[in-house]
Amino acid sequence: MLEASANSGASPQPGIHQLIAADGTGVDDEELAPLVADVDDEQLIQFYADMVTIRRIDMEATALQRQGQLALWPPMLGQEAAQVGSIRALDQDDFIFPTYRENGVAFLRGADLAGIMSTWRGSANTGWDPHKFNMATPQIIIGAQTLHATGYAMGLVLDGRETLSIAYLGDGATSQGDVHESMVFAASFQAPVIFFCQNNHWAISEPVGLQAHTPIAGRAPGYGIPSMRVDGNDVLAVLAATRWAAARARSGGGPSFIEAVTYRMGAHTTADDPTRYRGVTELEEWAAKDPIARVKAFLQGRGKLDAAAEAEVAARANAVAAELREGCINMPDPAPMSVFDNVYTTEHAILDRQRDHYERYLAGFAGTESATSKLEGSRS
Amino acid sequence: MIQEFKLPDLGEGLTESEIVSWHVAVGDTVELNQAIGEVETAKAVVELPSPFAGTVTAIAHEPGTVVEVGEVIITFEVDAPAGTGPRRNGTPASSQPVTGEEPQKRVPTLVGYGADPESSKRPARRARSFAASGSTTTATTVPAAEAAAPLASARVQADRPRSTPPVRKLARDLGIDLAVLVGSGDRGLITRGDVTALVGDPTRESGAAAEVPASNGEGRTGSWNAAGNAAREVRTPIKGVRKFTAAAMVQSAFTAPHVTEFLTVDVTAGMDFLARLRASREFADVKLTPLTLAARAVCLGIARQPSLNSRWDGGANEIVTMNYVNLGIAAATPRGLVVPNIKDAQQLGMHGTAAALGELSSTARSGKTQPADLAGGTFSITNIGVFGIDAGTPILNPGEAGILALGAVRNTPWEYQGGIALRQIMTLSLSFDHRLVDGEQGSRFLADVGAIISDPAMALALS
Repeated sequence: MLEASANSGASPQPGIHQLIAADGTGVDDEELAPLVADVDDEQLIQFYADMVTIRRIDMEATALQRQGQLALWPPMLGQEAAQVGSIRALDQDDFIFPTYRENGVAFLRGADLAGIMSTWRGSANTGWDPHKFNMATPQIIIGAQTLHATGYAMGLVLDGRETLSIAYLGDGATSQGDVHESMVFAASFQAPVIFFCQNNHWAISEPVGLQAHTPIAGRAPGYGIPSMRVDGNDVLAVLAATRWAAARARSGGGPSFIEAVTYRMGAHTTADDPTRYRGVTELEEWAAKDPIARVKAFLQGRGKLDAAAEAEVAARANAVAAELREGCINMPDPAPMSVFDNVYTTEHAILDRQRDHYERYLAGFAGTESATSKLEGSRS
Repeated sequence: MIQEFKLPDLGEGLTESEIVSWHVAVGDTVELNQAIGEVETAKAVVELPSPFAGTVTAIAHEPGTVVEVGEVIITFEVDAPAGTGPRRNGTPASSQPVTGEEPQKRVPTLVGYGADPESSKRPARRARSFAASGSTTTATTVPAAEAAAPLASARVQADRPRSTPPVRKLARDLGIDLAVLVGSGDRGLITRGDVTALVGDPTRESGAAAEVPASNGEGRTGSWNAAGNAAREVRTPIKGVRKFTAAAMVQSAFTAPHVTEFLTVDVTAGMDFLARLRASREFADVKLTPLTLAARAVCLGIARQPSLNSRWDGGANEIVTMNYVNLGIAAATPRGLVVPNIKDAQQLGMHGTAAALGELSSTARSGKTQPADLAGGTFSITNIGVFGIDAGTPILNPGEAGILALGAVRNTPWEYQGGIALRQIMTLSLSFDHRLVDGEQGSRFLADVGAIISDPAMALALS
């Protein structure tokens, strides 16, 4: 483990908790198994459907970006199990602080598809009401959400609440000062926060081995935060690990850190070309560990999920994709004055003045058609 | 109804993209999200999924065209309102063009598939992400069945040779398909050196700058004129530089009795020396190459063996020994071989030599070498190393007593301090006129030059 290469590649790594192996066979993990003893085939089929659906969302959104309907999209291909397994371990009251890649989490939390897309289309700063869904808006600043999650969790303690907060972060974010400060505060105040790190092996174009010469999960104990390293492509193992962390948080046990070892099969965003930096065999190696294929194999090995059920899941995923497309391409462009909405929760004198100025500025265009259409931001 | 697809901004603030290829032709029926073509932005090559289900009615831009964001690139006839056409899971309606010519079949090659045979004037380039999808006209959509199953569409991306944008551009300019190269860089990355090694480009780091391969493009990649109607033989008038070169070489070869000697030396220390100079402020404005060092070594060597810098004057029945060195440098230019010389090269130090070589090279490359630059040479150097060649038997420039050919600098297992080590090795080939120079002088000269290039400190001992 001391070698620099120990954590750099796609090869199997020791010390990773797993319940369903890459080939779909069950794995006996004494620590995790009791945490998911209640999960039956029906629930597992639901997880499978969740994963198929968010992968389908990812594909449609990627296509929409290529068609000029979205400005940008951060693909989540390959990370479906990490997203599904974690969100399905949480209660609706638990507050989620996501990165920009947790669009599958947002969908499963209940956010409106068109709303999710509005941010990526550039139509809105906020795709959903954070308070309605107990989920903050996508955080673009790497690692900043861990501070928010920690602060929120500290507030939960003060409020005497029994819920928790979860910060999603990536392997690259663990190099950020924000993340380290968050962990110091979380440990100091024993805040009920889960640091859920999806190690997808690439911080844009930097391989994880560059920033973490030993497993990332090993950092947390240094702050006094227990951690667990789990197969991030194993939805059941992710569910179990998140339940472990959630139970600790709810029972006053303080923060936990989960490293879900997964792989970003797609680009960092649609503006990125991963073929320029990743190894030629990486995709093949990780495709063999595909999160959806292994659950499918696991279920089929148990005689569940026949062709009809599979087709039904696919059909439902297609319907979601169709709804997404409709919502996206028919999305009205925002009115110019809406830029002032949702900036402050209360009246704000400076903002009011700016609103007034902008209103009068816009009024100056009255009657000139070209200007109006320009302001409305015509998008064909 | 006709629907247009305008080139979107595919990567956060790009203004244009180049059409790389079309996977569809006019008349083809396409599904929603079916891959219809590839464009290259400043950031990436991306596949375009069709925004409509319908029939292709026009393709506005040929592959190779740079298109501004917002321009229409392809139009479709669609039945339903925009984007709401049949939604997938139907197999592409037999995928054959409804009208138009027979689609050209892809011919499988050993590695993946070749580029579209009909695609463009541009060099063949390897199909990328659609390689596994089958033929041009049956590129698959992304149905959920596939979404649920293996990551096929993502995996095939790996087929693309890894390189950087400047290297890809270089390869494209030189007409080289990156797919034929094996990258020597980090994790198989194709480097500039890998590309230039294939054509002997002079601009590569390790080579010298003076020899410029003719850029007339003919035969550079060894490809035959494939056009079926090309003549089996081509007759080219003998004129200009070609005619002059021929006359000079014949005169030289059949007048001066040539002797050629070879010396292979370990130039690691010499290369280190150049690297140190490059890092210094004084040499920041010039290009330092093995040729620079060799030019200095030749001048120093000539001082010890003046016969290498002499001329046979048969008419006067005299041997003329020059007390100056006009150092000729063989340069391949668009017009052909020319050998301009650096006047009084013996007076120039390392920096002056480097500057003179740089000027000579750029002048020759731009075809502006003046007749005076070509006259009065006393000794020449030809840098065949830039073509990846080790040694040869150079023919004397008429009127000169010696010519030195520099071979390529190669990492080679070599005896070093009593063991075997990977060292930078170079072969020097010296031809001299035996009327003027005997084996002793020629050999001593070559040994001196070799000693200085392999250990520049020897210049102190030998001068």
